Amino acid sequence: MFRTIEIGARRRARGAVRRRSGDGRTERNARPVQVASLRAERRTSRLKGILRAAAIGLAIGGPLPAMAQETVEILNVSYDPTREFYRAYNDLFSAWWIAQGHAPVTLRQSHGGAGAQARAVIDGLEATVVTLALSADIDQIAERTGRIPADWQSRLPHNSSPYTSTIVFLVREGNPRGIKDWDDLVADEVQVITPNPKTSGGARWNFLAAWAYAERNGLDPRDFVRALYRNVPVLDTGARGSTTTFTQRGIGDVLLAWENEAFLALESLGDDAFDIVVPSVSILAEPPVTLVDGNITSDAQREVAEAYLGHLYSPEAQALALHHYYRAWDLSQAAPEDVARFPDLDLVTIADFGGWPVVQPKYFGEGGIFDQIYED
Amino acid sequence: MSDIVLSRPVPVTTEPPLARALLVGLAILFVAIFLFAPLATVFAEALAQGWRGMIAALSLPDAQAAIRMTLSIAVIAVPLNAVFGIAAAWAIAKFDFRGKAFLITLIDLPFSVSPVVAGLMLVLLFGANSSLGVWLMAHDIRIVFAFPGILLATLFVTFPFVARELIPVMIEQGRTEEEAALTLGASGWRTFFTVTLPNIRWALLYGVLLCNARAMGEFGAVAVVSGKIRGETATMPTMVEMFFNEYLSVAAFTLASVLAMLALLTLLLKSLLEWRHADLLAATCRH
Repeated sequence: MFRTIEIGARRRARGAVRRRSGDGRTERNARPVQVASLRAERRTSRLKGILRAAAIGLAIGGPLPAMAQETVEILNVSYDPTREFYRAYNDLFSAWWIAQGHAPVTLRQSHGGAGAQARAVIDGLEATVVTLALSADIDQIAERTGRIPADWQSRLPHNSSPYTSTIVFLVREGNPRGIKDWDDLVADEVQVITPNPKTSGGARWNFLAAWAYAERNGLDPRDFVRALYRNVPVLDTGARGSTTTFTQRGIGDVLLAWENEAFLALESLGDDAFDIVVPSVSILAEPPVTLVDGNITSDAQREVAEAYLGHLYSPEAQALALHHYYRAWDLSQAAPEDVARFPDLDLVTIADFGGWPVVQPKYFGEGGIFDQIYED
Repeated sequence: MSDIVLSRPVPVTTEPPLARALLVGLAILFVAIFLFAPLATVFAEALAQGWRGMIAALSLPDAQAAIRMTLSIAVIAVPLNAVFGIAAAWAIAKFDFRGKAFLITLIDLPFSVSPVVAGLMLVLLFGANSSLGVWLMAHDIRIVFAFPGILLATLFVTFPFVARELIPVMIEQGRTEEEAALTLGASGWRTFFTVTLPNIRWALLYGVLLCNARAMGEFGAVAVVSGKIRGETATMPTMVEMFFNEYLSVAAFTLASVLAMLALLTLLLKSLLEWRHADLLAATCRH
């Protein structure tokens, strides 16, 4: 259909004749000289102009990946509730690092549900350091990619957890449902908001805290937790999603929240809208940090990354963690009011459950206790 | 002798005024509630701290990087999909071949596949757990969690828009004009630029605008492949979500209103072009 056919001898054409038919038609190889081609050519040149403009626009505005960039870049893949803390910590670290006489570094952040973030690192997200909600997520990365050594948790003090937290309840102002402890959550008409333990680290701590309460109070933990999840109308993928569901969308009577997340919600959204309720039993949540050795590209980057994690244990950073509602270890530089806000709590630890390598497959693995409970 | 007094003719083809007013009012009310009110809320929230809050939000490096990212994605994805769409529509409308129905189904695939699935497909294909992904990583080529992945996700999701707009128009027009042009000695390219393109330009424009709107607004597929790195792989829609989750509602809604403004601008551009070329449009009756 697109063969060039020419009629008559009035049209001049260049190129070798391919076929000449009896009625004077010729078929040629080259494009014929066109009589009225001016308009078409102007059209194409306009098109070229547009393309050129687009190319220039791209060259100016496009994020051409890391061209001639000398500065060391650190990508910290973290979980949901640490956004505010790491924003502040990155400023603190940058200033300290430059004060030590080093070149400035670029610090990048990525946040999401801890499980989903671990998944992204496994799928190739090139994290320099991971700061996730629980060690099981980092274990997953270590096991599936080999980019982190198996004994990573012993590389830094306090099980590689520079800050800790626990699980508390956030209720609506005045606590209209009269929620005091875990057993109030299984009442018929109470709606509980918690994220999905499959994707969220915080949700797994929530689950285990409820389990611990049932065990300590002589209840069947399986029945208790089943009754609790029957009261959950939505399972978000991350802790921040659940907080938004509870605070902004107004769904549910009680949010099972990280203690830091609950304090942050009070600060951001006004303490006249919500109250914090501290249950009788909770769990010591240790969100660990580590270096992703397999993603380190240079010695300079390793040096910065190690300093980045190590400096989390410095008195200034610990004070900052306390200020962002985390429980930290070193109180020497902390403001007294940041320390005073934490109530004393009866905390079980993950070691009481046998450690994450046992807990993860038993409770949250494929066909584990959570699956069994949720299927009923 | 006596004048014939003609009573005003009772229109039999229209509804009584009351019914008309009611229907029009209902339509306006519906549009106001479902279209203008949400849009107005977005702008109102963005202006919660006045213009200064908005300007401060727009001067955040993360917001600027997100705007730059979204615009560069659209600048690449829309022309590419315009070319792909024209080629696909051209092939389908002007040629007969085996498997044509199958090709049409394939073009529609991105409409029926959920964007999240589209993103996951890319992660599975190019992620570190596939052999292709391992090879790419060994050669230091980053696809997922980087610019190329976001571009691929956007291309996939926006692919059908141009082709879908063009196919019915081109089928309706048939192939006689092109055949005439070719018979008169025009080359393939010339036929395309002087015969086909003017005939389809309104449909093409409309397809490109829809494609552009979706390319800038796509969330699901992009969120899966972006890796959520602030200032690097965050597009405007993903950045809106991040700001919102960080209780930075002014920043979130400012970025959302910029996105809305870009969409309104595209619509305005379309109306403007239609208005300027109204005579042409009426003459060709092709839209």
